[in-house]
Amino acid sequence: MSEASAPARKPAKGKYELDERLKAYQGVWVFVEHEQGEVHPVSWELLGEGRKLADTLGVELCGVVLGAPGLRTRRFCDEAFFHGADACYLVEDPVLANYRNEPFTKGLTELVNTYQPEILLLGATTQGRDLAGSVATTLQTGLTADCTELRIDPDNRSLAASRPTFGGSLLCTILTLNYRPQMATVRPRVMAMPDRDAARSGRIIEHALHLLETDIVTKVLDYIPDARQDKPQLPFADVIVAGGRGMKKPENFQLIRDLAAVLGGEVGASRPVVQAGWVELDRQVGQSGKTVRPKLYIAAGISGAVQHRVGMEGSDVIIAINTDPNAPIFDFATYGIVGNAMTILPALTEVFRQELALAKIAV
Amino acid sequence: MHIVVCIKQVPDSAQIRVHPVTNTIMRQGVPAIVNPYDLFSLEEALRLKDRFGGRVTVLTMGPPQAEAALRKCVSFGADEAILVTDRAFAGADTLATSYALAAAIRKIGENEAVDLVFCGKQTIDGDTAQVGPGIAKRLELQLLTYVSQVDDLDLAQRAIRVQRRAEGGVQVLQTTLPCLITMLEGTNEMRFASMDNMFRAARAEVRVWNREQAGIEDVARIGLKGSPTVVSKVFAPKAKEQKAEMIETESDQPRDIALTVVGKLFTQHAKLRGGLAKKLA
Amino acid sequence: MAEKFDAIVVGAGPSGNAAAYTLAKSGLKVLQIERGEYPGSKNVQGAILYADALERIIPDFRDDAPLERHIIEQRMWVLDDDSFVGTHYRSDGFNKPPYNRYTIIRAQFDKWFSGKVQQAGALLICETTVTDLLMDGPRVVGVRTDREGGSIYADVVILADGVNSVLARKAGFRPELDPGDVALAVKEIHFMPEEVVESRFNVADGAGVVIEMFGKITQGMMGTGFLYTNKDSITVGVGCMLSDFKAQQCSPYKLLEEMKAHPSIRPLLEGGEMKEYCAHLIPEGGYKAMPQLYGEGWMIVGDSGMFVNAVHREGSNLAMTTGRIAAETVIEVLAAGKACTAGNLSRYRAKLDDSFVMKDLKKYRELPGIFHRNPQFFTDYPELLNRAAHTMLKVDGIDKKTKEREIRRTFTRKRSLFGLMGDAFKLWRAFE
Ligand SMILES: Cc1cc2nc3c(=O)[nH]c(=O)nc-3n(C[C@H](O)[C@H](O)[C@H](O)COP(=O)(O)OP(=O)(O)OC[C@H]3O[C@@H](n4cnc5c(N)ncnc54)[C@H](O)[C@@H]3O)c2cc1C
Ligand SMILES: Cc1cc2nc3c(=O)[nH]c(=O)nc-3n(C[C@H](O)[C@H](O)[C@H](O)COP(=O)(O)OP(=O)(O)OC[C@H]3O[C@@H](n4cnc5c(N)ncnc54)[C@H](O)[C@@H]3O)c2cc1C
Ligand SMILES: Nc1ncnc2c1ncn2[C@@H]1O[C@H](COP(=O)(O)O)[C@@H](O)[C@H]1O
Repeated sequence: MSEASAPARKPAKGKYELDERLKAYQGVWVFVEHEQGEVHPVSWELLGEGRKLADTLGVELCGVVLGAPGLRTRRFCDEAFFHGADACYLVEDPVLANYRNEPFTKGLTELVNTYQPEILLLGATTQGRDLAGSVATTLQTGLTADCTELRIDPDNRSLAASRPTFGGSLLCTILTLNYRPQMATVRPRVMAMPDRDAARSGRIIEHALHLLETDIVTKVLDYIPDARQDKPQLPFADVIVAGGRGMKKPENFQLIRDLAAVLGGEVGASRPVVQAGWVELDRQVGQSGKTVRPKLYIAAGISGAVQHRVGMEGSDVIIAINTDPNAPIFDFATYGIVGNAMTILPALTEVFRQELALAKIAV
Repeated sequence: MHIVVCIKQVPDSAQIRVHPVTNTIMRQGVPAIVNPYDLFSLEEALRLKDRFGGRVTVLTMGPPQAEAALRKCVSFGADEAILVTDRAFAGADTLATSYALAAAIRKIGENEAVDLVFCGKQTIDGDTAQVGPGIAKRLELQLLTYVSQVDDLDLAQRAIRVQRRAEGGVQVLQTTLPCLITMLEGTNEMRFASMDNMFRAARAEVRVWNREQAGIEDVARIGLKGSPTVVSKVFAPKAKEQKAEMIETESDQPRDIALTVVGKLFTQHAKLRGGLAKKLA
Repeated sequence: MAEKFDAIVVGAGPSGNAAAYTLAKSGLKVLQIERGEYPGSKNVQGAILYADALERIIPDFRDDAPLERHIIEQRMWVLDDDSFVGTHYRSDGFNKPPYNRYTIIRAQFDKWFSGKVQQAGALLICETTVTDLLMDGPRVVGVRTDREGGSIYADVVILADGVNSVLARKAGFRPELDPGDVALAVKEIHFMPEEVVESRFNVADGAGVVIEMFGKITQGMMGTGFLYTNKDSITVGVGCMLSDFKAQQCSPYKLLEEMKAHPSIRPLLEGGEMKEYCAHLIPEGGYKAMPQLYGEGWMIVGDSGMFVNAVHREGSNLAMTTGRIAAETVIEVLAAGKACTAGNLSRYRAKLDDSFVMKDLKKYRELPGIFHRNPQFFTDYPELLNRAAHTMLKVDGIDKKTKEREIRRTFTRKRSLFGLMGDAFKLWRAFE
C-alpha cells in the first residue's frame, strides 16, 4: 500500500498489457481464517464480495483452508461452498492446528505459487494482517490494507481497491499493476454477509505441506480465551445505541445504556467519549474503532464526522438525535430528530418498552 | 543485548482541529509526531534494556525532518538514532519500505548483532501494519505481532515468551532470538523524559545514511520502482443521495417525537419490529 | 548532574528568540526552554512583522525568513452595521526594497527564528515547562522544570514567557493580570489562490494590504478588528478587552462570525477555505501596567513585561527589541566580569527609556484609560460618521447645506457639543 501522505502518483490510466507470465494467474481466492475451531465470519463476508469479483471476471471463486487434519477442517470447506465458493484449496497438517506465522506463510505461499490466483483476499484481523504482510513480502507482490470497497477495473481487469486515507477524511483507490496475485485485506463487517446456501457444493483441491514440527521455531504454549465473556461484541450486535460528546457528562450515558437495555442492544460511542474515559475502548465505533452493521443504530449527540461515519454507515437503519439541524449525521441517517438527547432518549426508551411489550405478545 | 526499534514520523491526526462554529477540519500547522503505536514498542524495548542491559537503536526512513522524531526517541532513552534518507526512496509502498529498512537493519547488525527488532503495530498515516511483517520476512526473523506482554526473556538460551493478541483470546508463544515484535497499543505507557535525557537528545548526533550507506544495492527495489501498488485516485466519500427523513411533530414534546419515530420505524421496517420482539421474548 | 549556563531564556517567541540569539551570538552559554512542541507551535499573532526590529538582530533576515507579503497599503475603516467610512494610504515608497513591514505566519516564522538561534549556538529544549524560579535568598539562580532532574542553574534568567507569565507572577515580580489590561483576540486564516488575493486587493508581486477596523463590529466593546493579506491566504480577526467580553458575556468566536458577515468584509473572504483559527491574549495596559523589569538575576522581556503598543498594533517588534536590549545588557555585565545583580542590570531599563519602546509607550499611556471610560468611541461615533457620509453622498434633491445642518444635529443629539469637544480633546492629548 502506498504512502497515504504522498501525493497521488501518476494514475495508471487506460489499458496496459500484463506480463505474459502473469496472465496465467486466474481466479479469486479468499483465505478462510479460523481460531479455536471457529471460522471468523469475515471470511464469509469476503466470499460474498469475492463472488461478485469472480463473476465480473468470469473466473472461479475459491476458499483456502489451512488446518489440522480432520473432519472439522473439512467442514470449513463445506461452509465455504455454502457461502459461495466454487472450489476449496485444502492443506491439512498437524503443524497447522493453531495459527502460527511460519507454517501458514509457507502453506499459503506454496498454494499461490502452485495454483496462481489473480486475487487473494484476507480479513484485516490479527491473523489476517500477520499473514498477509508476510505472504505479500515472500511473493513480492502488492497488498492493500483495510479496503472498504473492491471493484474490477474494466479497463485492465485489475483489482481497484479503495481505502481511507488522510486520517479518514478522503478515500483512495489502489491498483497492483504488474504483479500477481493482487492482495487485499478487509475489516470485519465492512462487507455484507452473503446468504448461506446449504445446497451448494464444490471441488476440494488438496495440497500437502511438507513441514515437520521440529522445523518450526515458534511454539504455541497456550491459548487463553477471553475470560471476560461480557466483552462487548459490537461488530455483531443487531442493535447499537451510541452516544457522543453531545451527551455532555459521563452520567448521562446511563440514558444510552437504558435504551440499549430495552432494545437488547450494545452501547457504542464516538472517539472523544472513549478518550475521555466515559466508556471502554472496545465500544468505539469508527475508523480507529469497530466497524459495525447492526439492523438499528441510534446515534445521540454524535456529529457524524467522517471517521465515525465509515464505521457505521453500513447499518440498516440509523436514527440520529442532535440539537444542531446542520449536523453532518443528518446527511446519511435514515431518521433525523433535532432535539436534546437528554429528553428524547428517555422518551424513546419508554415508547420502545411499550411497543415491544405489545409486539412480544404477538410473537 | 542490542535492540533496533523502527519508528516513523507521521502527522498528528489528533491535532487536526475542528472549528467550533463552522465544524470544518483544519489541517494547517498540524505538527509531525512519532507514530503513537511505535511508542508502545519503544517503551517495551526500553524496559527490556532496563532489565537486561544493552542498547537501543532507533531507526527511521524518511525525509530529513524526520530527525526530530528520532531525537524525541533519544529523549525517552534510546542510545543511538539512524535516519535513512534518500530521494530514491520517494513513493515507496510497504514492500519497498520493508526492503530498505531490512537492508539498514542488516547494516546496523554488522557493527553489533541485533537480537530484537521492534516495529509499531501500524502507523496512523499508512495504517497498513505490513512493514513489520515485511521486515521480519526479509531478515528471516521470527515474527510476533500484536504482542500484549513480554513474559520472559532468556538471553543465555536466546528464548523469548510472549502473549499475543488473537481474535478471541491470547496466544502464549515461545520462540528464539532474533525476532521481530510489534506491540499492541495500550500495553504500557511511555515514560516522561528526564531533564538529562532532554539535554542528551538536544545534543545527540543523529546518523544520516543515504541509500549506499544503508547498504541498499538494488535500486529497482526501492522507491516508486520497487512498489507494486500505485494510487490511482484520491477522492472524497460519496455523499448519500438521500438525507435523513426529519421527524416533525405538532408539539415538540419528547414523547410525541418518540412515538412518531418509533411508529415510522416499525411500519417502514416491519421486520425489525418482529426481530426485536423475538430477541427479547 | 545540574548543568550551569550563563543565561537561561524562558520562552521561544520573538522576545525569547531575540534574547537567546543575541546572547549565543556573543559566545555565551545559553539554554532556552520552550513548553510548546516546537517554537511557534502555540504562538499567535496577526501578524505583522516590522522589519526594523529584526534587522537590528539579523540584518540579512530577508534572505531566508518565511515572509508572506510586504505591506504597501494601510486602510483604516470605521464600521457601522452595514457600511464603513475609511481612509487608504498607499505608497509606492513602501513597494521598494528593503521593505518596511511584512505579513508573516508565526508558526513558520518562529521555527525559522529558532533555527537561527540554534545555529548561533544556544541549546533549545522544547516540550518542557519552567515551573519555578530557583532562588537563593532574593537572587534568582536558575529554573526548575516539570521534568525529573529538572533544576538548572544560570547567572541570569530572562523571562520571555509571554502575556500570562505565570513565572513572574509566582515570583511576585508582577501582579495578577487585570482583565482590563488584556485584550482577547481571535483570528482565522482563510486560504485562496494567490491570484485571488492579488486581484481582490489590487496588488502584485508579493505586495500586500492591511485593514484596521473599528466601530460596530466590536458591539460596543473596546477593541479592533483586522484583516491582513498573506501569500495565499487572508488573516481576519478581532480583539476586545477581556473585561468587556466578560461584562457582555459575549463569545469571541460569535463576534468574529458576525464581523465576517459584515457586507464590507464578506466579499473579501469569499471562496476562501478556513484552515486555522486561534485565540490569544494581548497585553494592552501599556506604560501604566508595566511591571518591574529586572531584579537580582532576572529580567523580563516582551509580552511578559506588557511591551505592546496597542494603538499601532505593535508587539513583536517591541518583544524583539526588549529581548535584544536585555541580552546586550547581560553581555556587557558579564564581559565586565560583574554579576547580574539588580544594580548592574538596571542599565536595561535605562537603555529602554532611551529607545522608541519606552518613548512610544509613554506617549500613549493615557489611551487605554480614555477608551475604557468612553465607550462612545466604539458605538456612537462610528454610527454617526457613517450616517454623515451616507447623508452627504446620497443624491436626493436636498441641498448640501441642509444636509450639513442635519448631520450636526444628529451628532449633538447623540452627544452634547461639550462632550464631543471633550472627547476630541482627550484623544488629541493622548495622541500628542
Ligand atoms: C485519524 C482519526 C481517527 C478517528 N477515528 C475515529 C473513530 O474511530 N471514531 C470516532 O467516533 N471518531 C474518530 N475520530 C474523531 C472524529 O473526527 C470526530 O472528532 C468525532 O467522531 C466526533 O465525536 P462526536 O460526534 O461525539 O463529537 P462532536 O463532533 O463534538 O459532536 C457532538 C455533537 O453533539 C451535538 N449535541 C450537543 N448537545 C446535544 C444534546 N443535548 N443533544 C443532542 N445532541 C447534542 C452537537 O450538535 C454535535 O453535533 C477520528 C479522528 C481522526 C483524526
Ligand atoms: C491576535 C494577535 C495579533 C497580533 N498582531 C500583531 C502584529 O500584527 N504585529 C505585532 O508586532 N504584534 C502583534 N501581536 C503581538 C505579538 O504577538 C506579541 O507581542 C509577541 O508575540 C510577543 O512575543 P513574546 O516572545 O514576548 O511572547 P510569545 O510570543 O507569547 O512567546 C512566549 C513563549 O514562551 C513560552 N512559555 C510560556 N511560559 C513558559 C514556561 N513556563 N516555560 C517554558 N516556556 C514558556 C510560550 O510557549 C511561548 O512560546 C499580536 C498578538 C495577537 C494575539
Ligand atoms: N518509513 C519508516 N521508517 C521506519 N519504520 C517504519 C517506516 N514505515 C513503517 N515503519 C514501521 O512499521 C510499522 C508499521 O507500519 P505500517 O505498515 O505503515 O502500518 C510502523 O509502526 C513502524 O514501526
